[in-house]
Amino acid sequence: MKPFSTLTAVAAPIDMANIDTDRIIPVRFLRKLRNEKAGYDPYLFHDMRFGNNGGENPDFVLNRPAYRNAGILVAGANFGCGSSREGAVYALLDYGIRAVIAPSFGDIHYANELQNGMLPVTLPEEICRGLRAQLQAQPGATLAIDLPAQTVTDTEGTAHPFMIDPVYKERLLKGLDDIGLVLENTAAIEAFEKGYHAQRPWLA
Amino acid sequence: MTSPRTLFDKIWDSHVIIQRPGGDTLLHIDRNFVHEGSFHAFGALAKEDRKVRKPRQNFAVADHYVPTVGRERGLDATEDADARHMIQLLEENCRVNGVAHFGMDDARQGIVHVIGPELGITQPGLTITCGDSHTSTHGALGAYALGTGASQLKQILATQCLWLKKPKTLRVTVNGRLGPGVTGKDVVLAIIAKIGAAGATGHVIEFAGPAIRGLTIEGRLTVCNMAIEAGGRAGMIAPDDAVYEYLHGREYAPKGADWERALAQWRALPTDDGARFDREVTLDGAALEPMLTWGTSPEEALPVSGRIPDPQSLGDADKRAHALQALAYMDLKPGMVLTDIRIDRAFIGSCTNGRIEDLRAAAAVLKGRKSMIPAWISPGSTALKAQAEAEGLHRIFLDAGVEWRASGCSSCAAMNGDKVPPGLRCASTSNRNFEGRQGKGARTHLMSPAMAAAAMVTGRVTDVRALLSGN
Ligand code: SF4
Repeated sequence: MKPFSTLTAVAAPIDMANIDTDRIIPVRFLRKLRNEKAGYDPYLFHDMRFGNNGGENPDFVLNRPAYRNAGILVAGANFGCGSSREGAVYALLDYGIRAVIAPSFGDIHYANELQNGMLPVTLPEEICRGLRAQLQAQPGATLAIDLPAQTVTDTEGTAHPFMIDPVYKERLLKGLDDIGLVLENTAAIEAFEKGYHAQRPWLA
Repeated sequence: MTSPRTLFDKIWDSHVIIQRPGGDTLLHIDRNFVHEGSFHAFGALAKEDRKVRKPRQNFAVADHYVPTVGRERGLDATEDADARHMIQLLEENCRVNGVAHFGMDDARQGIVHVIGPELGITQPGLTITCGDSHTSTHGALGAYALGTGASQLKQILATQCLWLKKPKTLRVTVNGRLGPGVTGKDVVLAIIAKIGAAGATGHVIEFAGPAIRGLTIEGRLTVCNMAIEAGGRAGMIAPDDAVYEYLHGREYAPKGADWERALAQWRALPTDDGARFDREVTLDGAALEPMLTWGTSPEEALPVSGRIPDPQSLGDADKRAHALQALAYMDLKPGMVLTDIRIDRAFIGSCTNGRIEDLRAAAAVLKGRKSMIPAWISPGSTALKAQAEAEGLHRIFLDAGVEWRASGCSSCAAMNGDKVPPGLRCASTSNRNFEGRQGKGARTHLMSPAMAAAAMVTGRVTDVRALLSGN
């Protein structure tokens, strides 16, 4: 997993609450393989990004020239609600988005972002709205995210502090994946299972 | 004396392997389910040269991509080559790893969240995972069941445990008695409408109160299924005699002396008097009406007697933006009476409402009547299909002109191609009304099976109680 420390990137605003993972990647693309040659970037927000004839929808934020190279999204509350599909994270990552800023996230999607070295930043509703207003006023402007300092610096230079669980922060900074952490604990796992299943032999 | 604990606390505590500083907890996972969509996780596992560590604690079923018509022709005749490949890949991954697999032609096949309880794999007190958000369903039997993405699924396959932070708890108490025609689906839609699609984010929901206790196992499964639509990490209901009776004798339920021992453990699970929840919400069950969604988030739901709201009346700007987009997508206008909405298609099935009680409720409405619109029913499992046929329910459906299909996820997410055509409006008993969920451009109205059957009969949104009163 690629570590995450700081990121300064063009940020794209999406003024909507409850952006579900079906919207981030429609279900028909989940059967696609993902590898070095074929990423999931073409599917990101597919049905908002492209019209019925396959042409780009000019109004969608990522189709506007200034936001095309966005590396950050700023969205409304409950970003990534709905389906557990990790394809939503693959689509974001393969497009080049490494961080999403929103007032809240769907729990499973939040975990999926962390598992892939993406940073979900939770900031209060008013601050997210303010950031989006700045980004709309100055299309193509960048935001600077500093994970060690836990701040997002806006286009006017104001740093907004955000909270993140120290455990998640450490894993992102080091690029650690969960399996490694489990394998360090094999003895404890085996001891637990022995005791647990002695009480519940039908579950072993 | 230990302090009073919730059902969730008790399950959590008994599964903690280790706790690291900062509350990071390694939790033992009793049961994990996989389906065709789990190929990313199996692929990642193989890439790391790992195998499933505890094959006997994992179960696989083909549900998301299976066809619901022409099943008698078998897998080789499945036209969708990608889908066929994914179904075969699941079987192959299970064979290599020694995991029990219920393939497309197995009598035990069905939607993962239907067959778990049905086969007795789902039991009170267990931790249950699946790479699917509606894993919350299994909590209806008193388990802690949560969905994961592919990375966490890979970790569970490789280790049979999962790093988690302890979620908060929310108790939703539904008082009173539900009126006739009001079901578990209506209860859970009313809860989501009240607390919002992010209302329970970060929380495990325990559903409690007389109206919940009064639900059948099927109704409880429906309620917990949609806990995730309120943002909940999981939904659960304290186990009781109804659960034990339901489980007794099922294929994977404990037997003999094990059963007695399990029962003693299960009886200790319900939340202790005086246990503290981080949040509490209360609803009056007696005041509930049949519900349906008008928009593209499950929180955009109303009683059937309602009218489409004016987005301008919404205080929250981002929710207003969502509602405006939803009305445009759904082609509806503020102020419209819900029962004036015409319906083009109807679908009864899914892990929310594809169980025997749901099929019986639909049959009660459809008996002696005709569907005015194309409609299809896909039972939640192959075993349920047989049971419904033994009860003669399929005759009622066929006589009403409704298609009686094989079991699978079908039109819930339309992964198998059972799509609703663009622009058409579907009365659906599934759990998500997101844009494009049932097919690109499809317009979904979520409701109970009885309400969907009523929509079949009239071709519009209809208060099913009007159709039941003559009976
Ligand atoms: S029926 Fe629908 S919600 Fe349930 S598991 Fe299948 S696709 Fe998911």
